[in-house]
Amino acid sequence: MKAMLTGVLGAFALAALSTTTLADTKLTIATVNNGDMVRMQKLTDDFTKTNPDISLEWVTLEENVLRQKVTTDIATKGGQFDVMTIGTYEAPIWAKKGWLVPLDSLGADYDVDDLLPAIRGGLSMNGKLFAAPFYGESSMVMYRTDLMEKAGLKMPDAPSWEFVADAARKMTDKASETYGICLRGKAGWGENMAFLSATANSFGARWFDENWKPQFDQPEWKNTLTFYLKLMQDAGPPGASSNGFNENLALFNSGKCGMWIDATVAASFVTNPKDSKVADKVGFALAPDNGLGKRGNWLWAWSLAVPASSQKAEAAQKFVSWATSKHYIELVAAKEGWANVPPGTRTSLYKNPEYLKAAPFAQMTLDSINSADPTKPTVKPVPYVGVQFVAIPEFQGIGTTVGQIFSAALAGEKTADDALAEAQTATTREMTKAGYIK
Amino acid sequence: MATQQTRLLGKLAVAPSVVVLFLWMIVPLALTIYFSLLRYNLLDPGNESFVGIFNYQYFLTDPAFFLAIGNSLKLVFAVLAISIIGGTLLALLLDQAIVGRNIVRLMIIAPFFVMPTVSALVWKNMFMHPVSGLFAWLMKSVGLQPIDWFAQAPLTAVIIMVAWQWLPFATLILLTAIQSLDEEQKEAAEMDGTPPLSFFYYIVLPHLARPITVVILIETIFLLNVFAEIYVTGTGGPAGNLPYLVYFQGLLNFDVGGASAGGIVAVVLANIVAFFLIRMIGRNLES
Repeated sequence: MKAMLTGVLGAFALAALSTTTLADTKLTIATVNNGDMVRMQKLTDDFTKTNPDISLEWVTLEENVLRQKVTTDIATKGGQFDVMTIGTYEAPIWAKKGWLVPLDSLGADYDVDDLLPAIRGGLSMNGKLFAAPFYGESSMVMYRTDLMEKAGLKMPDAPSWEFVADAARKMTDKASETYGICLRGKAGWGENMAFLSATANSFGARWFDENWKPQFDQPEWKNTLTFYLKLMQDAGPPGASSNGFNENLALFNSGKCGMWIDATVAASFVTNPKDSKVADKVGFALAPDNGLGKRGNWLWAWSLAVPASSQKAEAAQKFVSWATSKHYIELVAAKEGWANVPPGTRTSLYKNPEYLKAAPFAQMTLDSINSADPTKPTVKPVPYVGVQFVAIPEFQGIGTTVGQIFSAALAGEKTADDALAEAQTATTREMTKAGYIK
Repeated sequence: MATQQTRLLGKLAVAPSVVVLFLWMIVPLALTIYFSLLRYNLLDPGNESFVGIFNYQYFLTDPAFFLAIGNSLKLVFAVLAISIIGGTLLALLLDQAIVGRNIVRLMIIAPFFVMPTVSALVWKNMFMHPVSGLFAWLMKSVGLQPIDWFAQAPLTAVIIMVAWQWLPFATLILLTAIQSLDEEQKEAAEMDGTPPLSFFYYIVLPHLARPITVVILIETIFLLNVFAEIYVTGTGGPAGNLPYLVYFQGLLNFDVGGASAGGIVAVVLANIVAFFLIRMIGRNLES
């Protein structure tokens, strides 16, 4: 580890030496290795052409590693990165600590008011934007129109959990490996807990009450978990406890799922005939509710932020502005087609007829994003922000622990009651230790 | 009084290296102990406060702690058993005169030189993967449901990977020991018509007692620190051991205080194990 670290530092030092002669300002950008971000790296010529005095260096990492690297860097004021890719989980926490530069010089033509209000709200504090959204997502129901018809049902635009459960059971035909519903089961705060926390919101449950007391001992959580376990037992695929986003995507694309509730970005994959066997038979609907006023959909945006420790904040903001601008969206559309532009950040995109034509899922994505409210995520009042997470530093650890417990329950190793009791104890311990519960 | 002078000179001569080594050891240890007494979350800087043994209380009463201790012990004992029993058998086989013996020996030792992260990735994706792995293909081809190793038997999967890595080490040590077995003793046993099993039990095994204790000592030290296999395969939840738990506290919870306390607990436990091991081995080597 240490040897690797010195190696990396050495490489940075070398790179720094070799590029200073070429450009005045070198920005080091930490980013996540998903398709949209990799595409951006290929298009940066457009940026350096207009800003010849700025050169870019990329550190591209897998999501979990990225999170560890940027978190330790920013917390220890390492100053290794000038632009960081962060999510809606980090943004409010870091902004509150004063670790991020408020993005107030994004340029005259940036049009901040064009950003989707829900996303903008999740990335702002006291009215100031601290991270600029690169792409945004919510979650929704993706379903097979042919199987739904075969079951004699019609999916409403805004289904209830009762309808979804009933449809899932009717669509299931285990003999032909058709499972009514595929849901996340793989342990992790960003995997099964993202889905379960959002679902719990629609069941009226919450992570904590106003005094930060964990709520797993309340009936709402019990309803959520028993509903989920029973549904997966009756209508879910085998081995669901190790299925995350990618596993479910593969199952759905190979025609084994009747319904799948997951990220809206998946819509462009399941409707792409190159990857999906069922591309022409997919319908979309809002995430289900229980008539309590909250839907089970989350809100997430990979965003670019400038750490306060950066010495090159001005150049960094220039880059952030370029990468999240309308101009960038048009650039991608011109080079790769409208279906491939980063979705979910700007109102204007959803008014663009060319995009609406290329992306049949656009309206449902927009409605899903707009129906999520990170500042008031639950039916009962809570002391935190965040829909599918709790925006406190301790949540990564707590969420992962609880995720492991619920994943074990899905694998049949624990009953719902035992799992909830264990989650309650573990969360209470961590919250007491962190000083929230006095 | 030349001897006293030279003794003093000798002490002075080694003093610098002893001082450096001592500092090398004591500074990180002292810092870790210091951090373990603080409430210090990396994500909440500026709020450090002295909390005494609070972190230790939390670490030692954590249900995950008992799971981790259990997993650590299971991992060490299972891998020791596999590598010593398997290593002895392999060493006996390799001791035979066969064609291409040198190449076979080289191949058998090869896994020991594969980096743990690499071996974990290969096992995870090419052997144990429930859809595309070799084991899944084998089970499907005989009409069985493939095992999803990392979901259904995570600890067993980790044990298999680690054992694969350490079996060659045991084989290597035991093979050299078997080769040093007295030829005259062998011939005498042969002339007396000793059956192979008795030969193994009364002559080979006693001869192997010392190398086996050496293998136990060295492997235990390394096996207590297994981390890469667990981290890479993502089995830290059900199969996490003590190092993984410390990692979890430090880099997922960003709780420097808790992780330091965990580190100190691990150091103390490792010292207890080492104390007994070294006594056991000392007795064995003296006798």
